[in-house]
Amino acid sequence: MYEYDEFDADFVNQRALQFGRQVESRLSGKLSEDQFRPIRLMNGLYLQLHAYMLRVNVPYGCLNSAQMRKLAHIARVYDKDYGHLTTRQNMQFNWIKLSDMPEILLELASVEMHGIQSSGNCIRNITADEYAGVAAEEIEDPRVYCELLRQWSSLHPEFSFLPRKFKIAVTGSEKDRAVVKAHDIGLRLHRNENGEEGFEVFVGGGLGRTPFIGKSIRAFLPTEHVLSYCEAILRVYNQLGRRDNKYKARIKILVHEMGSEAFSELVEKEWAEIKQGALALPQAEIERVREFFAPPAYEALPEEDPDFEAQRKAEPGFALWARQQLAAHKRAGYAIVNVSCSPVGKPPGDISSAQMEGFADLADTYNFGEMRVTHNQNLVLTDVRKRDLFDLWKKLVALGLATANHGLIGDTICCPGLDYCALATARSIPLAEKISERFADPERQAEIGEIYLNMSGCINACGHHHVGNIGIVGVDKKNTELYQLMLGGSAEEDASLGKILGPGFDEDGIVDAVETVINIYIDMREPNEKFIETYRRLGPEPFKDRLYGAPA
Amino acid sequence: MQQVVIANRLTDGVVVFLGRNRCWVESLDDCPPTEQTDEASALLALGVKAEEEQEIVGPDLIEVASHQGTLVPVKMREAMRARGPSTRTDLGKQAGN
Ligand code: SF4
Repeated sequence: MYEYDEFDADFVNQRALQFGRQVESRLSGKLSEDQFRPIRLMNGLYLQLHAYMLRVNVPYGCLNSAQMRKLAHIARVYDKDYGHLTTRQNMQFNWIKLSDMPEILLELASVEMHGIQSSGNCIRNITADEYAGVAAEEIEDPRVYCELLRQWSSLHPEFSFLPRKFKIAVTGSEKDRAVVKAHDIGLRLHRNENGEEGFEVFVGGGLGRTPFIGKSIRAFLPTEHVLSYCEAILRVYNQLGRRDNKYKARIKILVHEMGSEAFSELVEKEWAEIKQGALALPQAEIERVREFFAPPAYEALPEEDPDFEAQRKAEPGFALWARQQLAAHKRAGYAIVNVSCSPVGKPPGDISSAQMEGFADLADTYNFGEMRVTHNQNLVLTDVRKRDLFDLWKKLVALGLATANHGLIGDTICCPGLDYCALATARSIPLAEKISERFADPERQAEIGEIYLNMSGCINACGHHHVGNIGIVGVDKKNTELYQLMLGGSAEEDASLGKILGPGFDEDGIVDAVETVINIYIDMREPNEKFIETYRRLGPEPFKDRLYGAPA
Repeated sequence: MQQVVIANRLTDGVVVFLGRNRCWVESLDDCPPTEQTDEASALLALGVKAEEEQEIVGPDLIEVASHQGTLVPVKMREAMRARGPSTRTDLGKQAGN
């Protein structure tokens, strides 16, 4: 994992002290709320429905155990004993006191963490594939470039006042777990026919009020140019992006209005002027950063572990969990472990301080002291020996972190919604809870198979509802919560936007509607056909007909 | 229409209402609503002043109604603020913490 150098550490500490003084100025009345708001937002501090909310960056989802313990400490001492994992792979605290902020930021700085640029019209936390560096099918480890992008985008003097916020995601696998096509810039690391490493570059993707799938504007960008090319994109956007209307200010609108070809021409022109400049990455620099992500001290192990196989046979609960939560690792004898933070009937992504601490201990014991946060609001242990899986599972059970629903309907993405969020129009968490309860039976979930259900409490789509196979968005209709159902979205390499099926449902009605959709799918699917495939084959009609009645 | 002034307290963000004796209180129960438009505007003006004096943030007039003997905000969003998250009834005002 990347470690701060002296400069980074000193800088973050200085910023914490500086914000502490700004908080004092606010509390003593030297700063008004209008003057203070942009400052607090640039440090990740929002004012939500019940209290201040602090968003702490987890760069491309990578955390070490000391950091997780510090987050647990903050939850326990300064919040109400829990945190919330977000779709930007960050952690949020919902009940923060402004007067505690100076201390909290110093605590965070002590473990190389902060909330800088987790809000505001700047480049936000870079997100990445949570299996980066370990996935069996990975082409290249994207973290090296995530880190280079993080350094480039942190306090970039030109890009601190963009027309609107800006999000970048990077993947290095064939399978897209980072939703790169729903980002302002999405980077897909791959190899060309000569075996050289480079990026396919997508721009103008995004969800929210006007969703778009990103357009590919360059099939192959040599890796040494990733900073200069992103700089060129940002320059074009910073100059031409609309600032007259907040709702039209994201790069997706610019790309859509001018067309991706015209946009890419401007980028190429800008890039031609800067590509050989200071941002060109010497191979030595790439290699220097790569060293931070060197593989841990793996043991030479056989691919199969006889004890693991025997334990699976002996313990059905373990077998179920292992079937659902494990993914193939690059190294023989190791597994990637998905840890669900969406237990049945509980808010997706919420994690208590005791769970954080317990999980940090597990990371130390079984995973070289590191862990990942996923955009699905879950956690991952990337490097567990197969022979340790049974012990790990027992400890996860004790922590309440052994739900076996990875990639199933119970593992929803869900934003905070009207239970916490000041922008919400409806609640979303209670729906996620009800849906996971409705489909609680693990056998039924397994029978339904791979499906992604995403929901948001308003059109801002923090819960990625447009790219859920089933998407739900809450709206306010005359002070009553109403939920719209959309089908056909995908967040993966075959990204697509869901389409609204028809009029919305109330809170109970939407849970029934989801069940109806699932039943139709089960009735009509071909053997081994996933939900999204059945939907793409049949289109919305069979679902519409059953939910709203066939047209006369 | 009955109205009260709602805001977040500056120091900790806790939701407060403009209550008796023009003090900011944490519970709607301690907060007599007004039915007079003039009085409502005067109360909101007090809120604006309190914001200038660094006591609270975001003063706003909201509509409330009596429900089983207690006051509840009419709008869902404000009802949530007056109570706490519906998914964590062990937290917030509803739980007295
Ligand atoms: S989607 Fe809306 S309700 Fe949900 S977190 Fe984002 S802004 Fe809040």
